[in-house]
This record gives sequence, structure tokens and C-alpha cells, in this order.
Amino acid sequence: MSGDGAILLAILIPLAGAVPIALAGSRPNLREALTLVTAAALFIVVLTLVPEVAAGDRPRATLIEMLPGLPLAFEVEPLGMLFALIASGLWIVNSIYSIGYMRANKEQNQTRFYVCFALAISSTMGIALAGNMMTLFVFYEALTLSTYPLVTHKGNEDARRGGRTYLGILLSTSIGLQLLAILWTWQVAGTLDFTLGGILDGKVSGPVVGILLLLYMYGIGKAALMPLHRWLPAAMVAPTPVSALLHAVAVVKAGVFTVLKVVIYIFGVDFLHLSGHGQWLAYIAAATILIASLVAMTKDNLKARLAYSTVSQLAYIVLGAALANFWGIMGGSMHLAMHAVGKITLFFCAGAIYTAAHKTEISEMNGLGRVMPFTFGAFMIGALSIVGLPPMGGLWSKWYLAMGALESDQILLVGVLMLSSLLNVAYLMSIPVRGFFGKVTGSPGSAEGAAVVIKEAPLACLIAIGLTASGCIVLFFAPDALVSLLRPLVSP
Amino acid sequence: MIAAHLPVLQIVVPLIAAPICLLLRRGSLAWGLSLAVSLAVLVIAANLLTQVLESGPISYQLGGWAPPWGIEYRIDVLNSFVLLIVAAIGAVVLAYARRSVAQELPESQQSGFYTALLLCLAGLLGVTVTGDAFNLFVFLEISSLSSYVLISMGRDRRALTAAFQYLVMGTIGATFIVIGIGLLYMATGTLNMADLGARLPAAGASRTVLAAFAFLTVGATLKLALFPLHFWLPNAYAYAPSAVTAFLAATATKVSIYILLRFFYTIFGPAFAAADITLQSLLIPLATVAVLVCSTVAIFQNNVKRMLAYSSIAQIGYMMIGIGFGTATGLTAGIVHLFNHALTKGGLFLVLGCVVLRAGSCRLDDLAGLGRRMPLTMFGFVLGGLSLIGVPLTAGFVSKWYLVQAAIEQGNWLVAAAILAGSLLALIYVWRVVEAAYLRPAPENAPEAAEAPWSMLIPAWILIGASVYFGVETSLSVGVASEAARFLLGGAG
Repeated sequence: MSGDGAILLAILIPLAGAVPIALAGSRPNLREALTLVTAAALFIVVLTLVPEVAAGDRPRATLIEMLPGLPLAFEVEPLGMLFALIASGLWIVNSIYSIGYMRANKEQNQTRFYVCFALAISSTMGIALAGNMMTLFVFYEALTLSTYPLVTHKGNEDARRGGRTYLGILLSTSIGLQLLAILWTWQVAGTLDFTLGGILDGKVSGPVVGILLLLYMYGIGKAALMPLHRWLPAAMVAPTPVSALLHAVAVVKAGVFTVLKVVIYIFGVDFLHLSGHGQWLAYIAAATILIASLVAMTKDNLKARLAYSTVSQLAYIVLGAALANFWGIMGGSMHLAMHAVGKITLFFCAGAIYTAAHKTEISEMNGLGRVMPFTFGAFMIGALSIVGLPPMGGLWSKWYLAMGALESDQILLVGVLMLSSLLNVAYLMSIPVRGFFGKVTGSPGSAEGAAVVIKEAPLACLIAIGLTASGCIVLFFAPDALVSLLRPLVSP
Repeated sequence: MIAAHLPVLQIVVPLIAAPICLLLRRGSLAWGLSLAVSLAVLVIAANLLTQVLESGPISYQLGGWAPPWGIEYRIDVLNSFVLLIVAAIGAVVLAYARRSVAQELPESQQSGFYTALLLCLAGLLGVTVTGDAFNLFVFLEISSLSSYVLISMGRDRRALTAAFQYLVMGTIGATFIVIGIGLLYMATGTLNMADLGARLPAAGASRTVLAAFAFLTVGATLKLALFPLHFWLPNAYAYAPSAVTAFLAATATKVSIYILLRFFYTIFGPAFAAADITLQSLLIPLATVAVLVCSTVAIFQNNVKRMLAYSSIAQIGYMMIGIGFGTATGLTAGIVHLFNHALTKGGLFLVLGCVVLRAGSCRLDDLAGLGRRMPLTMFGFVLGGLSLIGVPLTAGFVSKWYLVQAAIEQGNWLVAAAILAGSLLALIYVWRVVEAAYLRPAPENAPEAAEAPWSMLIPAWILIGASVYFGVETSLSVGVASEAARFLLGGAG
């Protein structure tokens, strides 16, 4: 299959797949089978692009000339390739998990859920494969809007409020700041094409670079850089598969992916490095890493704790981009994959605990690991990967990031990374520890009585958890593939 | 043979059909005739636009009297574009009107309604097509008087006061315009617009000419509801029959903006308007305030029709910002937004008409839970709302793109920020409706609302669909608008 055909297919398959999924609404089995088939087809199409990109080709496709000189165009480069692989691969796993979760919890409006999910994946593919900033922006907004019905899935007052924060922050940052930055870029550079080495070099200088960078970084609200992170915890009202989608597969990843794209292809790594404006961004990212970790420690609600953990982990990637050197960019890009697999495992486990035991607060999870050993074991693996310990994939990205900080002589940032890892241990590892070794306390009626009935979550959930948990381990042994794919992004 | 007379047929056909409508008496017959007429008008307008794009401006001499003595109809890129907008909206609204009017008006008033609507259409087309300043005033009065009648036909008794308020303000505006035209006639001795444009430089910037300029500007801005001369608009839109609101919102203010452009660029010339710095520094601040204040006011409205009316004033602010800049990009942005907003707001008001038909009112509380009961209608509202906000892949985005670009070109960051802030305010007022429709349960005693009839849904969706289509495929809208902008800046004088 030629590259350009595959690009359009990658966007069209989930988009078109939404139609039969919607039509099969009254027959759940058929509907979910269609979801899985669509997801598998998408993954295969994305896979066909890999050899070309790995060989150094950049498949291109142009859809339509939206505004004069600004077409909806696509181009596959290594970073987008990686993101597309993550998103399409995890969609399969997430769909398997959703089937178990949504059925076991008897959620309403499941058809709308699967349809919006497919639309969100289509938008994600558009972001991943976008060939210019305009195209990326179009799909970025489409992703926000297609996930809104997912966030407000429950339709109650909480969901309405969460949805308001979600949409409010994401749309206002993207329209108010990002669009302005894009227009400004278009004005000074005369192009918005993603070009290795950037398009701003020689076009702007001095403080303007800093202002543009600020507009972009806070305009990309999905990257959840503090203080614009509030939407992420607010979106926790959604069902767990949606949280997994938001945190691992699509939304936040689209945010940090856009950050990396802007740094690599709009500013250019060297230009940003020489301008010196990456520095304050690195400090904002470092502050976000620490503060979010500290906030996470105070949260007793498992999903809220994971949400703040995500805020902190995203800042790692922004930090990598801000360092603007080989190690930083590589580390940030790799963290895209490592965090995705690790965090989706954690969310799957949180959902499994909720499905099986109806527990959302960590303090109630004492001894739960003994009745759900598989879930808590997988949680442990995911947590280790997020912390960055061997033998989990998370080690590599943190390694690269720390090297990047060292190379920039930013000892302080290295310290932040180490401290944050310790905090991760404290707030993540305490959960399986409670689960396995914690004494069952609390009112005898609930915990002890429940301990008799509670068993592992539905099989579909467990399969998904098993897949992602083993993914964490596989990535530890296969960093070379990632490194060789990403190497063309930046010269060492 | 007929092709040569298209410019005048454009006006004559609806003008003759209007009294026939009144004679038909039966509402449905009058509707059939009006629809046929509006379709014919649309075909003529499309023909004229292609003719102009292919072979340049058309001049038609009424009764064979050569200008500047006789009345000349002069059609160039700008007004053929506006003609197309007005004619297209007219056709869509008339296709939609039957069920909506049948519910909102008693049978005895219906033929009168269609008569007034056709007269209004003829008036608006006449204003657009004519090349004679006094003739413009005559057509303006035809359209205005018939629109007062149309508004007063609203079910709510407050429609009467709204129509009266509009009548008073509209008459003041029209009087200002006719005074301005009179002063120009005094200074130059001609009423033909092209001729005026040629003779005014010789007359110089005398006090008479300046006074004329001031009268014309104020008169036109009153008609187009530029802040702070907008007070007649919200009530008029809120209480008029649904079809009338959609028609007027999409056409009347747009034609008034066209009048302003015509005065500025054809009669006074770009140099005059640009040299008069106070104009720029007056229009842009007022327009910016309009965007911010009226968007904010819209947030606090409980009647959705009224909310959209305030949103219209804000959107007019966008157009005036573009026109105020007076640069090629600015004018393009203003004219593109004129087109895009006509589609979007027309579509939104049509959608609201569907809501009124089924839910009985368009108060926010009555919209609760409608997303489930009228899925197609409410999804139409969501798409139209997204275009108001200016989300990519909708027409509204294209307008904002050019507007902000025009502001950045001028280094006017405050205005650029205000335009984007206006988008965010739009997000709030649109989302109040979306939340009500989708995330609030229907009230217990809600009337059993089913989906609106196809005869209303299809026209509404044509406009909504168009406002999405022109967000993706912009060669017609942006192409013609930038052509018109270039024509205004270079070709007139």
C-alpha cells in the first residue's frame, strides 16, 4: 500500500467505522465486534507505514486546500509514527477493556460511548499525522469536541461541571493563545509546514521568541502545564475507559505530542536552544513535576491521585522539549510511549477495582490485593514503570531525560527528577502495598463482608490489563527500536 | 434577450408577485407563489454573479435613460455577492416558512405575511442592486416598512412595541441617510453613485460633504445596529415570527453593511475614508466594544432568540472591525464574515424555529432535555454554535482567521485579543444551550416534543451544512470576498 493512501485510511477508518458502530446500537455484541474490527484494521494500516518511515521516507498526502496556502495536509515523521502506533495499538486494548467495564457497570448510552471513542481516535490520527500546524490545530479541536460527550457521559451535575471545566480550559487556551500563536507564526514565517529545524529561525528574535513560546506552551492546554491543569482532574468524572483514553491514549498525549512537534518543527531544536528561552519553560515544567506529585500524595481518591500523577508525568515530556538537546528530545519522545503504557495499566487497574469491589478511595483498599492479586500485581508493574525502575520501560525515558539535564549543566533539574521519582514511589507504591499487606479495617459490614464476595474483574478487563502490563516489561528490553526510529528527529 | 434584463427582473419579479400574494388570500397558495418567486430570484442572482465574475461589472439603464440622468442598476463583484446571499437566504427561509408560519400566525394573516416578506426581499435586493443613491433610499424604505409589519406579526404582544421601537429607530436612520444624500446632491448635483464618486473629489472636503459623510455614516450604522445604536435589534429579533427573525438576521443588517461599504468606497472613495482618521479610530473601538459587551450580555439571556440577537450585534462588531481596518485583509475578513455569519445565524434561527414549533418557546428552561427528543434539531444548533465560536472546519473559523490576521498586520494586538476573547464568550453562551439540551433532564410537564417536520429541518440543515461546508471549502467565499475587497480598494474612486 502506498504511503499517502495509508495516511488517509488511518483517519478515515475510525471515522467511517463510527457509522456501522452507531447503526449496530441495538445489538451490543455486533457493535463491540465492529469496534474491535475497526481498531484492528486501523492498527494494521498504521503498521504498514512503519517500514517506510523507518527507512527515512516521509509519506505525504494532501486532502483539500482549506485556506489559500494552507491545505489540510499530512506527513508521517518518526514522532507522529510513534504516536499513531501508541494510539492505535492502545485503542484495541482499550476496546477490549471497555467491553468488560461498560457491561459490568451497566453504563448508559454505550453506543454513544463507542461512537465518540472512534471519532476521538480519528482526530488523534489526524493530530499524529498532520503535516502542518493548521492541520494539527483542526484535529486538536476536533479531539476536544469529540471527547466532550465522553467526559460528560454520566450526564449528572458532577459530569456537567467537569465537562464545563474540561471544555472551558481546553477551548479557551487553544482559541485564545494557540490560535494567536499560529496566526503570528503564519504572519512572520509565511508557512506553517512542519520543517525539521524549524520555520522561525531568522524570522523572529529576542523576547518575541519567548512570547511565542509562552503562547504555544499554554495554548496547548492538553499538555496540562500548571496552572492550566485543572481540566484533567475535572475530567475524572468520566467512566474509567474514558479516563484511560484521556490520560494514556489520546488527549494528554496529543498535548505533549503537540509540544514536541512545536519545539522540533516550528521553533527548531537548535534555534530554541540558542535563544535560551527553553530555560524558563524547563523551570515551569520542573515546578509542575514537583507540585503535581505533592498534590497527588494528598489525594485519597485513586483516580484523582492518578490524574495528578499524569500532570506530573506530562511535565517530564515538556521538560525534555524545553531542554532542547538530543537527550532531552529523545527522552521526552520516549516518555510518550513509556508513560502511555504504564498509565493505561494503572487506570485499567483502578477501573477493575471499581468494577469488582466498588471502591474508589485508597484508604478502603487495605487487603484488597489478596483477593485481586492479578489486578494489584499489574498495578505494581505499571507503578514501577512510572517510577522508572528496571525492569520496566519507564527507566529509559527517565534516563535520557536526566542525561539531557546533565548535558545542559542543570544539576538542579537532575535533582528534581530524582526527587520526583521518590515522590512517585511514595504515592504509587503505597497502593499495592496497602492492597497486599494492609490490615483490613473499617466497618466490619463493608470490608470484611465484601471480602468474601469480591473476586477479580471481568475477563475482558483482565486480558487488557495483562497486555499493557506486559507491554511495560517488553519496552524495557526493546528501547533500541524506539531510539532508532526517533533518531532522525534531532542530531546528537 | 431575457439575460440582458436580469438586473431589473431581480426586483420586478418579487415586486409584482407581492400584491398577487395578497389577492390569493389562501396562506398555502401565497406560500407556493412566494417560494417559486424566491427560487427564481435565486437563479437570477446566481446567474448575475457568474456573469460578473466572468466579464466584469454590469450596467443596466432603467427605461433606457442613460446615467447619470436615468436610474442605473450597477452590479459588480461586491453587490452580486450580497445579492446571492440575500436571494439564497430568501429561498431557504421561504421553503421553511410554511409550517412555522401556519403555527404562529392565524390563517387570515398568512397571505399578508408572504406579501410583506416578498416586499422586504424586493426592497433588500433593490438596495443592493441599484447604482442610484436616491433609489437606494426608496428601496431601503420598502424593505424597512415591510419588516416593521413582519415583526409586528409575532405571537407575543411585545412584538408590537418591538416593531414600534424598530420603526422609530429605523426611520431616524433612514432620515439620516436621505439627509446625507440630499447634502451630496447639493454639493455635486448628481445622484448616480459612480458619478458622485467622480465628482466629489472636485467638490473637496467642504463642510457640506463632511456633513453628508457624517449623516450617511450614522444612518447606515443605525440600520446595521452597530453598538451603541443597536437597541432596536434584540427585541425585534426576539419577538418576530421565527421565519422573520431568521430572514432579517441573515439579510437586513448585512445589506446595511453593504450600504456602508458602498458609501465609503464607491461614493467617497477609499482615500477619503482613510484620510479621515477619526473614522477609523471611531469604528474600531465601537466595534470592539460591541464584540465584548454584547457577547457578555448574550451570556445572561434566558430567551435563546434574544441571546442570538445579542450575539448578532457582536458579530456585526466583527464585520465592522474588518471594515474599519480598511486594508485588503480587513475588508476581505469583513465581507467573508458577512457571508459566513448570514449562513450561520440564519441556520441557527431556523433551528430555533423548529424548537419553538415543538417545545412551544425558546426559553432556556424549555430546552432542557431536547437533545434526546429532537436530536437532529439540536445537533444542528451545536454545529451552528460551533461556527459562532469559530471552531476550525466551520465558516466562523475562516472569518476569525482573516480578522485576527488583519489585526496582527496592523500590529493591533488589543483588537486581536478582543476578537479571540469574543470567541470565548461565544463559547459560554452557546454552551449554556448545549448543556441545557443534552445534560439536563426534561421537565416533568414538558410537552411531548418530537423531531421537527422535514419541511423545516431540511432548510435549516441546508444553512447549517453550508456553514460547515464553507469552513472547509473556501474558494467561493474567500475568493469572491478578496476579489470584492480588491475591487473596493482599487477599482472605485
